[in-house]
Amino acid sequence: MSNTAKSLAVASAVAAALTAASTVPAAAATKEKCYGVSLAGQNDCAAGPGTTCAGTSTTDYQGNAWTLVDAGTCESIDLPAMADGTERKGSLEPLERDLPA
Amino acid sequence: MRDAASQTHLPAAPGIGYKPQHFTAIMQDAGRVAWLEIHAENYMGDGGRPLAQLRHLAEKFPISVHGVGLSIGGEAPLDPDHLARLKHLMGWLNPASFSEHLAWSTHDSHFYNDLLPLPYTDASLQRICDHIDQLQDTIARPMLLENPSSYLAFAESTWSEPDFLAEIARRTGCGLLLDVNNVFVSATNLGFSPQGYIDAFALAHVGEIHLGGHDTDADEHGRPLLIDSHGREIADPVWALLDYTLARSGPRPVLVEWDNDVPDWPVLEAEAARAAAALERIPA
Amino acid sequence: MSVSQADFTRALMDAGQQVPDGLVDQHGQPAGRRFDVYRNNVAAALTEAMHTAFPVIAKLLGKQNMDGLAGLYLRQHPPASPLMMFYGEDFPAFLEGMEQLRHLGYLGDVARLELALRRAYHAADAAPIAPEVLGQLGAEALMRTRLRLAPAVQVLRSPWPVHAIWRFNTESCAPAPQPQAQDVLITRPEYDPLPQLLPPGGAAWVAAIQAGGTIGTALEAAAEDQQDFDLGATLTLLLQGGAITGLDNKG
Repeated sequence: MSNTAKSLAVASAVAAALTAASTVPAAAATKEKCYGVSLAGQNDCAAGPGTTCAGTSTTDYQGNAWTLVDAGTCESIDLPAMADGTERKGSLEPLERDLPA
Repeated sequence: MRDAASQTHLPAAPGIGYKPQHFTAIMQDAGRVAWLEIHAENYMGDGGRPLAQLRHLAEKFPISVHGVGLSIGGEAPLDPDHLARLKHLMGWLNPASFSEHLAWSTHDSHFYNDLLPLPYTDASLQRICDHIDQLQDTIARPMLLENPSSYLAFAESTWSEPDFLAEIARRTGCGLLLDVNNVFVSATNLGFSPQGYIDAFALAHVGEIHLGGHDTDADEHGRPLLIDSHGREIADPVWALLDYTLARSGPRPVLVEWDNDVPDWPVLEAEAARAAAALERIPA
Repeated sequence: MSVSQADFTRALMDAGQQVPDGLVDQHGQPAGRRFDVYRNNVAAALTEAMHTAFPVIAKLLGKQNMDGLAGLYLRQHPPASPLMMFYGEDFPAFLEGMEQLRHLGYLGDVARLELALRRAYHAADAAPIAPEVLGQLGAEALMRTRLRLAPAVQVLRSPWPVHAIWRFNTESCAPAPQPQAQDVLITRPEYDPLPQLLPPGGAAWVAAIQAGGTIGTALEAAAEDQQDFDLGATLTLLLQGGAITGLDNKG
């Protein structure tokens, strides 16, 4: 593609984006959703619920003693490795790490 | 001796510990609630909804900034990054009051997210006074220091808690925040008289009073062990101790704290109304 | 007998350690179970912080698994800052390091998405440009233009369908995730972070823009990543998210 053709393609992409963005206000869409981000990680000065529940189990220090019990929605998600048999993990790094903060 | 009024500009009326889920209710009708307290650390982000809400609230209500992460009682120097964040918040918000705890929460660069206890000795006294001097220089105003809830004691302590706090106030010019529930919890857990503690407390330095709910547990000998959980209504004996305190201190700003299992706004407002009634029946 | 804060924290974070001598009850007897109040406070508060910080991980694994992992995590990675809003930075790598979770390879990237949403929630405010300003530029000027993006904007590239997994666990009628790589754009129109699926090449284009490239040079970077890169779709997501906060076509 020539530089002129590229420029024209960009201009038409911008025009399409302006039209699309004006018809679907994303801000309005988010208000219907409610996920717990708004309350995440609040500091407070209260004590916990008592003396016994958490914090006194010695198994909390041994990672290899921890066992996964069946629970949660991960059981209903079936995600095999890549079709070519390679492991998915590690094939791409999250991009945000390379970006300025 | 400084007058308590010089450390805080809060009204001698009920306040509530602010929770974001109550924003709309508070902006519509706060009832008997005359001022709000926020935890400093929750407003140290760069922007977004928390700061936007706080700007709106501050236009309508006096705000008290209550720190929970400075670790004033820590053996290590205060965290300069955290001091800078605090200075920034205090600068733009210009709140009616700033308070922190007689406790520590950071050691060896790790923050334990709890108010941990310390011995009351000449050495810890000096260290705390140095930290308060540094803080008050940084934010260019006096602070209030709050008495803790205690579950145990240090054998090495040589000061009583009321004397320790009074001496800190005398040396640094800071005011005191008297948490009446903490007094009741500590008195039960360590077997002293809560009224005796109030009698010994430097009430002239008290710029704010806290109230909150506690849970009841037991130690291994079956003795009651009260936990400062802030997860329920304020207990009747704590209301009685508030009356006892106000009769001796005179009117003060009184805050209701509720941090766990936070109820709907009307339940909190009812607690504030009860605090308002306590303020109204102070003997002349 | 004096108790240092090093002694205190050592016993605080490990119930296998003895309660330090010098911590006592009202009769001067060893504090015993009273010390457990502090152990419990720290563990319970940090465990709860992990549940609220990673609601999708907690839902994927269930409460019991999440409680156990939080108990391990909070001891290996106690908070390094008093700002609980940012706790959990090391959780993605921690999940990936757990042998017992190896078969759930997507957990780390889902945790990265949840961290990014939280960072976006607390990011500095920035007013978006009026979209028409872009439309008023000629084709050549557009190619030379640099875009400033809001501080909330983040991109996450994953070999897993992270966006679909996130939706499946936060929306009631979302479809089950299918095996595919997904790139996610996070914007924050007003105050609620919005994760959206980027078209192929979109992540490379946004990264080039964030690195200070012009629309033209970013286009070349995107074309290297994906030949038929759809600029219009990527720009639409940015405009909808109020993510473009300034432009410069002078340089």
